[in-house]
Amino acid sequence: MMRLLSLLVLLASGVAHGAEFGTLLAEKSSIAFVSKQMNVPVEGAFRKFTAQIVLDPARPEAGRAQIEIDLASIDAGSEEANEEVKGRSWFNVRDFPRAVFSSTSVKSLGGGRFETGGKLSIRGKALEVRAPFTLRQEKDILTVDGSFQLKRLDYGIGSGIWSDTSVVADEVQIKFHFVLSPTRK
Amino acid sequence: MIPDRYTHTAIALHWLTALLIVALFPLGVYMADLALSPLKLKLISYHKWLGVTVFLLLLLRLAWRLGHKPPPLPDGMPLWQRHAANGLHLVLYLLLFAIPLSGWLMSSAKGFQTVYLGVLPLPDLIGKDKALGDLLREVHEVLNMTLLVMLLAHVAAALRHHFIERDGILARMLPFLDRGDSK
Ligand code: HEM
Repeated sequence: MMRLLSLLVLLASGVAHGAEFGTLLAEKSSIAFVSKQMNVPVEGAFRKFTAQIVLDPARPEAGRAQIEIDLASIDAGSEEANEEVKGRSWFNVRDFPRAVFSSTSVKSLGGGRFETGGKLSIRGKALEVRAPFTLRQEKDILTVDGSFQLKRLDYGIGSGIWSDTSVVADEVQIKFHFVLSPTRK
Repeated sequence: MIPDRYTHTAIALHWLTALLIVALFPLGVYMADLALSPLKLKLISYHKWLGVTVFLLLLLRLAWRLGHKPPPLPDGMPLWQRHAANGLHLVLYLLLFAIPLSGWLMSSAKGFQTVYLGVLPLPDLIGKDKALGDLLREVHEVLNMTLLVMLLAHVAAALRHHFIERDGILARMLPFLDRGDSK
């Protein structure tokens, strides 16, 4: 009983003083994207990824993230498309199974908005990206929501006949939603 | 002797629809079996746009028909033929309504919205649902095969009127035969 009480006190003080959130609730988190095919927005998602994120809402600038996406877990909208985009002219998941994002900075944009910068590597190519995001804290749950645009051809995703951007647009919108609980010590 | 003709508008709508279907049908059959490629995505989009156009033309035709009765069938025509003709026309109208509708719903169920001519998004009346999408695809195909049979009967009847009965039924739906006695 005493132990439980002291634990509660500890947790409460932790929240009050700004706790560090570092445990990803994977089932509640998602990485989705929207591509345009013949001007039709088509939604997709990556079902499997790991995200090591450490964020203190009191000091977001000290936050950091390392996100690894299992590219073979892609849902590109249909079975046919899933098979296609794993192939050589798209992600080539056999040679490059993962996409990795490593943050190098987090800055405040004001008004509760932030931006992380970092390197995103896909198909062996690492490029600088910036992604704005917002934070929402409810008790011991911190939700990170953001999105950014990348150009698939910068990474050589969809080459050959698929490089025709009048069919599949170059711009792809990436949307991330991470739900974190406090770091377990 | 040529009986009362269809109006210019009715004739134009009829042949425009016919032309679109002659293009749409083989396009649908061809693209359905293609492996995924940019060409396939393009053809499916063109197919959808043409199909939606058929649907719009159908609505125009029905609206026009409300205000402009088609010319009556010739007096000597047996009753069964009148019923067959009217019944067949009704079935064709129903198919021209149901086929584009099933295509539109199929697209929504498959998670690919229809954006008319690449600019006008049609609402998704149903959400993404793979099983329903596969079912609607079957529906679209069966309706289309029914359309094919009905159109063959429609064309055969028209040719029979023209070459065997010689009663001018086909001519009153043909363009450019106007003798200035109809508007
Ligand atoms: C009168 C209008 C239409 C006609 C005559 C028509 C005809 C056809 C035919 C013959 C096929 C091939 C079926 C098969 O053999 O598998 C087809 C497939 C298809 N149609 Fe239509 N169609 C029409 C309208 C539409 C519309 C309005 C849409 C969507 C907005 C649409 C979407 C599709 C799609 C997506 C397929 C391919 C199904 C697949 O490959 O999975 N169609 N159509």
